Amino acid sequence: MKKTHLIPLVVFTLLALLLYRGLSLNSRNIPSPFIGKPAPAFDLPRLYQKDQRISVESMKGKVWVMNVFASWCVSCRAEHVVLTNFIRNHKVPTVGLNYKDYGTEDYGEEVLSWLAQLGNPYSAIAVDTEGRTGIDYGVYGVPESFVIDKKGIIRYKFTGPVDQKAVIETLVPLILKLREEPA
Amino acid sequence: MKQSIRLFLLSFFIALPFTLYAGSIETYTFKTPEQEAIYKGLVKELRCLVCQNQDIADSNAELAQDLRRQTYEMITAGKSRDDVVDYMVLRYGDFVLYRPPFKMKTLLLWVGPPLFLLLSLFFLVKFLRNRPKTAEIELDKKQRKSMRNLLK
Repeated sequence: MKKTHLIPLVVFTLLALLLYRGLSLNSRNIPSPFIGKPAPAFDLPRLYQKDQRISVESMKGKVWVMNVFASWCVSCRAEHVVLTNFIRNHKVPTVGLNYKDYGTEDYGEEVLSWLAQLGNPYSAIAVDTEGRTGIDYGVYGVPESFVIDKKGIIRYKFTGPVDQKAVIETLVPLILKLREEPA
Repeated sequence: MKQSIRLFLLSFFIALPFTLYAGSIETYTFKTPEQEAIYKGLVKELRCLVCQNQDIADSNAELAQDLRRQTYEMITAGKSRDDVVDYMVLRYGDFVLYRPPFKMKTLLLWVGPPLFLLLSLFFLVKFLRNRPKTAEIELDKKQRKSMRNLLK
């Protein structure tokens, strides 16, 4: 038997393997174009202090996390405990971006009761009523978390609810490493 | 009675798609027909990242609405098609485009299928040519006779 007879089998096997791998890929994990780029500037009103504002500029010099969340987002509720523990245990300054929440014209009844019920681990919460800052950050599936270094560069993006595995294996080592870097 | 129920159901299902459609797309007015054409082209080319298999023209997801608004605002502000595409790619990556750009990373995506087709054709032709021809069978007199009998 000539070896050429095996070619279709080999090609088929390779193709099957390739497609099989495609099945197990997470299609929501889209590579972010932001890694290594400056965090897009925003200047937004704060949730509890309506007359005050929060900006990227004001976080310069710190290693911080921006967490995009909303009271209507079910996975945000799921990640909240994990995120809260991470923020408190490692003293990570975290800005919450309250993304397109209900009734945000009057700064959201829903989000206030959501935070009252689940706890508020954020250093500040920026209100993005129309989702424009969300667009600037390429937000497509809440929750999303961005790790930003002392210079204001986005170093990592986590899409979806943060779990314990991600905290231990990725976020904590990264935060510790970034804190060593010069401002 | 039965007739009227049937009629009602029929009209209900005929009307259903229209009611769904009525709510989904906001009406934007443009200053020039050119702007409208750019807008209509763009919303068909940009992917809704929440639903992934819909363009933002078809999708009624919140994000798609926001991206349509953003596209509309940029177009009416006089931005070109490429400006909007750059803006979206900067934020959402190449994935936002239904027609990804041709570069090293997407090489296999663009070249793969035609390459695969050509290779298959090549091997098919090769296979057909090399196929051993069936030898012609010589029949002797006796065999011919029995064959004729069979064919009668």
